[in-house]
Amino acid sequence: MIVFKGVHKWFKTLHVLNDINLHVTPGEVLVVCGPSGSGKSTLIRTINQLEPINEGSLIVDGYDLSDKKTDINKLRAEVGFVFQQFNLYPHLSVISNITLAPTKIRNISKKEAEEQAMVLLTRVGLSEKRDAYPSQLSGGQQQRVAIARALAMKPRIMLFDEPTSALDPEMIGEVLAVMKDLALSGMTMVVVTHEMGFAREVAHRVAFMADGIVLEEAHPEDFFMRPQHERAKQFLRQLLTPMQAECP
Amino acid sequence: MDQFFNISVITDNFTYFMIGRFPHGPLGGVGLTLYLAVVSCILSFFGGMFLGLLSISRFAIVRYPTLGFINLVRGMPLLMVIFWMYFLMPALFGKIAENNTVIMALTLFTSAYMSRIVVAGIEGIPKGQTEAAISTGLTSWQLMLYIVLPQGLRNMIPSFVNQFVSLIKDTSLAFIVGVSELTHVATQINNRTMAFPTEIFIFIAVIYFILCYAFTSLSRWLEQRLTWVKAI
Repeated sequence: MIVFKGVHKWFKTLHVLNDINLHVTPGEVLVVCGPSGSGKSTLIRTINQLEPINEGSLIVDGYDLSDKKTDINKLRAEVGFVFQQFNLYPHLSVISNITLAPTKIRNISKKEAEEQAMVLLTRVGLSEKRDAYPSQLSGGQQQRVAIARALAMKPRIMLFDEPTSALDPEMIGEVLAVMKDLALSGMTMVVVTHEMGFAREVAHRVAFMADGIVLEEAHPEDFFMRPQHERAKQFLRQLLTPMQAECP
Repeated sequence: MDQFFNISVITDNFTYFMIGRFPHGPLGGVGLTLYLAVVSCILSFFGGMFLGLLSISRFAIVRYPTLGFINLVRGMPLLMVIFWMYFLMPALFGKIAENNTVIMALTLFTSAYMSRIVVAGIEGIPKGQTEAAISTGLTSWQLMLYIVLPQGLRNMIPSFVNQFVSLIKDTSLAFIVGVSELTHVATQINNRTMAFPTEIFIFIAVIYFILCYAFTSLSRWLEQRLTWVKAI
């Protein structure tokens, strides 16, 4: 469903993606992790071309992203994206945030879009917030609305770029619960996250990145119990016992 | 006559100060000042939006001529633009009322400034908003229409009002081509009565101040009325 073949990307002289080869099959949940600056955010952003690739081939749901003639808006409508900073529209109510794209792009009626939006809001546990504005919601609630907004386009793939990194610890759980529910429903997902509990429980596969290279790709159980690469071992050590790693 | 502040020169000519010869003749005084300012403001709003959007176009062939035009206009005194329109427009298009040549000049001039306000307003919207919108498949026009402009316009309100207040004051330059707005009316009365320049020009100064202050207050009220703003 998502196929990276020899993908490269540079920011000026910085080689952010170096020969990426990845394959995500329908219904699969891929978790991408790695230290900051490793290129994992850039990687996930290439999938709906928020970042264009410089070299190689990337095919997403049948759309060839290395082909300039591909209608990128069409692809983006099929791929939901959830941001670290939520990026809800502050001038629109929760319900309008969710119905905007479906009414403008899918051309469904406002009434129908609102009915579907209410189903999604119920699913993320926020049906009573339909008329609130984003600034009246907590971070966790905003992120759940952002997930509902992405789902409203009935995407075939969902991308999550560090969805819980900007949240207070007590709100992380509610967002992960929604994501887990989504994964169990069979959604194809790529998730950049540091939530190793989530990766362990939900992911089918974990990709570990460092310096723009996918160093390791494994079943979560294997990755966590028997990491192969030295960088991966170091990363996991730091993640599990951050204090000790800093003060040896 | 020997009063310290002769109020009668104001009271006797009050209607003339306010509306000129209207309704028996053309509108003048404060009425015409407001008419010129409001019409030019509305036109420059669209003109500024138009120029602003063109000046950040993806296409260099649109962008550079627009930027050149904006900079050209911004590099000229308004008085000269008023003369230009006054002499040039009738030469090109036949008879055009003085009022309209002034409106054209004010619109052209203010549009150039408004366009920079529009650009600043658009560029002030966080990148995440754009990314969120395009990631749901919205086209760049839909992004502009539903996400960027609604938020940007709200941010632009204070600058727009500033520009409008400048516009009210700028209408006084129309006096030079014989358009009977407030300043022109004041000089007429001054020339007729000869003896009360202090009274007359203090009076119109107060009028200009009241107009400008009223619109500044209006903008504050407008900003507060947009409810979602308060919560940010």
